[in-house]
Amino acid sequence: MADNSSNSTYWATNIRIILISLVIWALVSFGFGILLRPLLAGIPVGGTDLGFWFAQQGSILVFLGIIFFYAWRMNRLDREHGVDEE
Amino acid sequence: MDQFTINLLFVGASFAIYIGIAIWARAGSTSEFYAAGRGVHPVTNGMATAADWMSAASFISMAGLIAFTGYDNSTFLMGWTGGYVLLALLLAPYLRKFGKFTVSEFIGDRFYSQTARMVAVLCLIVASLTYVIGQMTGVGVAFGRFLEVNNTTGLLIGACVVFAYAVFGGMKGVTYTQVAQYVVLIMAYTIPAIFISLQLTGNPIPALGLFGEHTASGEPLLAKLDAIVTELGFREYTMHHGDTFNMVLFTLSLMIGTAGLPHVIMRFFTVPKVSDARWSAGWALVFIALLYLTAPAVGAMARLNISEMMWPNGGIDGGAVTVQQIEEEERYDWMATWQKTGLLGWEDKNGDGRIQYYNDANPDMQTLAAEKGWQGNELTNFNRDILVLANPEIANLPGWVIGLVAAGGLAAALSTAAGLLLAISSAVSHDLIKGAVNPRISERGELLSARVAMAVAIVVATYLGLNPPGFAAQTVALAFGLAAASIFPALMMGIFSTRINNTGAVAGMLAGLVVTLVYIFLHKGWFFIPDTNSFTDANPLLGTVQSTSFGAVGAAINFTVAYLVAGMTKATPEEIKELVESVRIPRGASAAQDH
Repeated sequence: MADNSSNSTYWATNIRIILISLVIWALVSFGFGILLRPLLAGIPVGGTDLGFWFAQQGSILVFLGIIFFYAWRMNRLDREHGVDEE
Repeated sequence: MDQFTINLLFVGASFAIYIGIAIWARAGSTSEFYAAGRGVHPVTNGMATAADWMSAASFISMAGLIAFTGYDNSTFLMGWTGGYVLLALLLAPYLRKFGKFTVSEFIGDRFYSQTARMVAVLCLIVASLTYVIGQMTGVGVAFGRFLEVNNTTGLLIGACVVFAYAVFGGMKGVTYTQVAQYVVLIMAYTIPAIFISLQLTGNPIPALGLFGEHTASGEPLLAKLDAIVTELGFREYTMHHGDTFNMVLFTLSLMIGTAGLPHVIMRFFTVPKVSDARWSAGWALVFIALLYLTAPAVGAMARLNISEMMWPNGGIDGGAVTVQQIEEEERYDWMATWQKTGLLGWEDKNGDGRIQYYNDANPDMQTLAAEKGWQGNELTNFNRDILVLANPEIANLPGWVIGLVAAGGLAAALSTAAGLLLAISSAVSHDLIKGAVNPRISERGELLSARVAMAVAIVVATYLGLNPPGFAAQTVALAFGLAAASIFPALMMGIFSTRINNTGAVAGMLAGLVVTLVYIFLHKGWFFIPDTNSFTDANPLLGTVQSTSFGAVGAAINFTVAYLVAGMTKATPEEIKELVESVRIPRGASAAQDH
């Protein structure tokens, strides 16, 4: 059935977008903000380093970017697969 | 006009606005209570979600915890915002598509089991009740200060107001009242921060001022702060000192917990479309970010101001503040007012007429103290929860700013406490009593049981709030751990896996909830009763995992148990698999049948 295969492509694409988004989500918070902070220690930002900025502000800004990107991308994907709300 | 009157005016005026809006929205709207959000623009809905979500923990407590610990408490900033990514990507659109109004209903239907629904109700009540305790702590601090009474009296008065407020404000016109509360709350938070940022860095945007230059010294603000706190024997503000593994786990627990808290999830049931549910999470985070980007600046700047006030003559060499200054100088008035609440205290231990504030646990400082004749830190008590409320007074800002902050703190605590009490009471009356115990209960009986449940919840929360297991934000963090361990995994597996069946879900939720609750009780005392704990968070049972960080472990247990049990029991029926398939695509159920 054509519809089912279209729906499964839709779902697989959605899972792929979610996974990519979550990788970025983890990278900026757990990565740059905490675990990888020593690697960013050489990049000075206002009296401290880039890792501190990611932990206190940068990650929040990236989170915002991820959510708006996902909303925009998924609403387009819905239309491409004809599963959007009329 | 004295400060007390100004505070009363601001708090009174803000309450009048909320009540006015509630009455107006009630008269103008014929839509049902649950549909309050429908037809409301996603931006407006995002603002209301932000007010619902940002509680006493965010407003009153968080900046204080960051101020006294520095970088290590960035966990709160990342955790309480990062959860919105999980919510927007993994839950919100699908739960909106499902189209029911409570979290327990989704779990009951997806796992085709009345038991699953009851277990979800239990998880919801435990997490929400813990959350209310944290709110009551904040309410006690705010009322204590603004009525100039001690903390306990403040808490008792606050409990009465919350009860009246939940009964009245909770029933009608919630969304628009919350928009007003958001406006009050964000103004109250940012206006003093802007003043302080201008004083210290000349930059009107606190978030940028944090990384800017300290005008008085010409150094970067954070470098200056590091220098001041290390001189007093404290650890560098910007550096990492605690345990990394615990920091990661704690952040993760807060994130998962955010996505598992029923009163937040419920907001996404009420937007008009699935696509709106995706946008709405983003808008909510925009409004939350306005406060969260300001909070680290508030913390750092307050720490700098307090340190300089205690050593007003340029560091240790200039000598500490004198008792006479504290008693007589106007800029130290805040210390006397806060002393009345019992949350701030000082004592001239060595009788030299000065109050030395330093880290007396630091060996280097002990040597210095012996030379100088100090007998320990004399700023004996500084409750973290007072920092944001005291901040405008510490910075010597005008009286109206102080009044505004009092109104903002109460708005934050009351809106969230009322929302949580409503979640608890509807779970008891609708899901538990009507859904299971007595399905034929009358409308009046259901309403009565809702009020009784609310009253019981508030009495329990007030009693435990008198001896809270931590500062407001820490208690709230425990609630997040419980939500992370029980509700989030069940919802996520319900959407992303067709393999998980009724038995698996129930076993997973129970395992996650019980293990997490036991771990918390072992560290914080059984049922939070003081001195019944066997371990402390300084020396936890499992390695470096503190009780506030255990939620992520609980979630992992939930996932694992659910998969194992589901693998051993009967597979999910076909009609439930079809239900899951339909939840995954936005197009409505009636349209899907056309194919």
